[in-house]
Amino acid sequence: MIVFIGKRIALMVPMLVGITMISFLVMNLAPGEPIDLLTNLNPKATAEVRERLRIHYGLDKPLPIRYVNWLKRVVRLDLGTSFAQDNRPVWDKIRERIPITLTINALSLLLIIIAALPIGIFSAVRQHSLWDRLLTIFVFLGFATPTFWLALLLMILFGVHLGWLPISGLQSPHAADAGFWIVFIDRARHLLLPVLVSAFGGLAGLSRYMRSNMLEVIRQDYITTARAKGLKESVVIGKHALRNALMPIITILGFSLPGLIGGSVIFETIFAIPGMGQMFYGAVMARDYPLIMGTLVIGAVLTLVGNLLADISYALVDPRIRVGHHE
Amino acid sequence: MKKKVLSALTGIVLFVLIAACGQTPEAETKAKTAHSSAETPAGKIAEPVYGDTIVVGSIGDASNLIPLLASDSPSHQIAGYIYNGLVRYDKNLKLEGELAESWEISADGLTITFHLRRDVHWHDGSPFTADDVLFTYRTIIDPKTPTAYAGDFEQVKEARVLDPYTFQVTYAVPFAPALSSWGLAILPKHLLEGQDITKSPLSRQPVGTGPFCFSQWLGGEKIELVANHDYFEGRPYIDRYRYRIIPDTATMFLELKAGNLDWMGLTPIQYDRQTDGKKFAEQFNKYRYLSFSYTYLGYNLLNPLFQDKRVRQALSYAINKQEIIDGVLLGYGQVATGPYKPDTWFYHVPEKTYLYDPEKAKKLLQDAGWTDRDNDGLLDKDGRPFSFTLMTNQGNALRAQAAVIIQRRLQEIGIEMKIRIIEWSAFINEFIDKKKFEAVILGWTTGQDPDIYDIWHSSKTDAKELNFISFTNPEVDLLLEKGRHTFDQQERQQYYARFQEILAEEQPYTFLYVPESLPIIASRFHGVEPAPAGISHNFIKWHVPQALQKYTQ
Repeated sequence: MIVFIGKRIALMVPMLVGITMISFLVMNLAPGEPIDLLTNLNPKATAEVRERLRIHYGLDKPLPIRYVNWLKRVVRLDLGTSFAQDNRPVWDKIRERIPITLTINALSLLLIIIAALPIGIFSAVRQHSLWDRLLTIFVFLGFATPTFWLALLLMILFGVHLGWLPISGLQSPHAADAGFWIVFIDRARHLLLPVLVSAFGGLAGLSRYMRSNMLEVIRQDYITTARAKGLKESVVIGKHALRNALMPIITILGFSLPGLIGGSVIFETIFAIPGMGQMFYGAVMARDYPLIMGTLVIGAVLTLVGNLLADISYALVDPRIRVGHHE
Repeated sequence: MKKKVLSALTGIVLFVLIAACGQTPEAETKAKTAHSSAETPAGKIAEPVYGDTIVVGSIGDASNLIPLLASDSPSHQIAGYIYNGLVRYDKNLKLEGELAESWEISADGLTITFHLRRDVHWHDGSPFTADDVLFTYRTIIDPKTPTAYAGDFEQVKEARVLDPYTFQVTYAVPFAPALSSWGLAILPKHLLEGQDITKSPLSRQPVGTGPFCFSQWLGGEKIELVANHDYFEGRPYIDRYRYRIIPDTATMFLELKAGNLDWMGLTPIQYDRQTDGKKFAEQFNKYRYLSFSYTYLGYNLLNPLFQDKRVRQALSYAINKQEIIDGVLLGYGQVATGPYKPDTWFYHVPEKTYLYDPEKAKKLLQDAGWTDRDNDGLLDKDGRPFSFTLMTNQGNALRAQAAVIIQRRLQEIGIEMKIRIIEWSAFINEFIDKKKFEAVILGWTTGQDPDIYDIWHSSKTDAKELNFISFTNPEVDLLLEKGRHTFDQQERQQYYARFQEILAEEQPYTFLYVPESLPIIASRFHGVEPAPAGISHNFIKWHVPQALQKYTQ
């Protein structure tokens, strides 16, 4: 097992280098430079000014040298300084925004799990029933509804007409210096709509997956055997079937790890939440190379770690996967 | 946890700033009568009182509050409240002194001597002197400073401090935009000297001389400023300025509707259709004034299709500009006749204005040899049909809509125009800079000085320069040169009037429209005074009557 994990980790290094190399290349192939925002169609920016800025950002050096320089810094865990006009370290900018995106996505993932698993199980057990159909319609509605549209509807209803919930942002100005509970409740009120909206959209995938897993499992012989033994239906489903049907779901959760960081441009924009999605989008539009690369590296590392965790959990469950390499 | 660190930080900053920006705790409890409009006895104007907060909505966050290092409008908007320049434009767009009390221009037009105010202090209490001005100038021309604004200052031959309150600059040749260039924000020498300006904490916690002091910045969320009680033009009546970042315009509008925003810029449709209810009329005041920009249809003059002046004139006659304004801006704009804003001193109505006239357009095209010889509905000449592609940038719906309206009008006189919309960076780098376009719809932001040498002079037609349509006209060159080298306003006016006549005759652009700015402001703010310069020129005089104050400290 340790050899297996060791091998998998050793494989991650060249993969990571490959990912960053391709990202770096593709990013630089896109037309436009970070200095464009400052100088494009700006009458005050003369050719000398442009050259001065390019030297300042190190854009005058050839691409391979820039990549090697970047790689050298990253090995020392330094993601560099953002090209944006604030000149702040990339890590500072990411660190500032990661907690909020992480919180929202984790909460929404939690909500998805809490809602999707029962929906999936219920639908499978009562396959083709009226409830199954209604739930199917419900989750697909969530899947098909554009996030921005749903968000606006909820904001108009709860924010403007009823006035129960704040419309956007993360905290009320008056709650900033109040006690812990007031701040906590204020935060919760602000997070409610974004979490609901982002969870609603993700419900379909997981619940359908759960449903099909469950359907497959309850047709297996051992379930028939269990029923034949006279076990209560709730025990058959809740204990024997569920355990096996959940196995692939755990793997899926491993893959959703990078998604926690990626964030969502759309709901962060609509709800004015200063998260990673918003920042990454801005970085791409501004051609802020260090910030783009920094976010990508973190995303890549998380994806690889997620894959690793999934593989390990598979290997733990099913020894055939481990020995598979030796055959 | 992040919040704790931040509030601790701002605590420190506030402590440092206390000298000038200490909030004397006003203990009066403020009765909050929600949004009643009958706050004063009829006809009686209330004496302004201090207090309240204004909450402003913005699409984007600021990037850097050292204005030299920033080129985005949120940064400059915020920095504008924190810093001062030596000069500024008053509400009627005339230059007046700000940190400079007065100035003299030598007879040969080469030397400007500024006499500075003696009663100005930085927000940390240090006095402001001519050394700060010299320091700012040296920083901007320092090659190590990554700034996009060095251009104007590279013309300076010598800058000197004569005494703590006198500053002198000498130019190699007289340079008319020089005076207005000194409106740049003056930076505090004592806090920046000997440091790498790109790493300065002032980027995030600025210290200036202006009417408001920096208080707090939560990235992507909000920026807060507090009134400078020692401001040399008097303490602003509004105590707090809160700048909220809401990247989505629909969300911002909902926040406004819910009463959480006091000031935002509306789109024409919001202005016209969505804010006309009784509730809005009670809670908000709407303003409209011409913005400092215009939108145009530019032709690539290197393209044989557009080299004949009659063709360009015909296109200008064929496009109904009022129709675009009515359809796209819902009427909130004016027909542009040239590159200048209609209410400036250098604006001139040219003899030739291109009112919609398809018959005249057809006649001109015929004169230029364009007729439909093969009866396919398209004009042709030498076997080539009149067909071209118009490009514009993605993300500006107004331009795309204008393009569609133009397309239909041109089709009516037998011209085929295809529309291509491209992402901004790619558009500029791949097409504009390389001159690989036939026609474009773009806009320019106009300045308060008429000098637009960089856009129209024939020396500016190289790759990556602003005269990308390749307009060359010896008389225009001469006029632009003369115009920027004299300080005599009347003389300049004559040069720029003639310049506008030539542009009207040549039609290198079809000037389309000057849009209006459409701000909405909560009606509890009194003293708002629209002027050619906009509405924020007298912001420090805005005030909220006691009974209407909404946010207490």
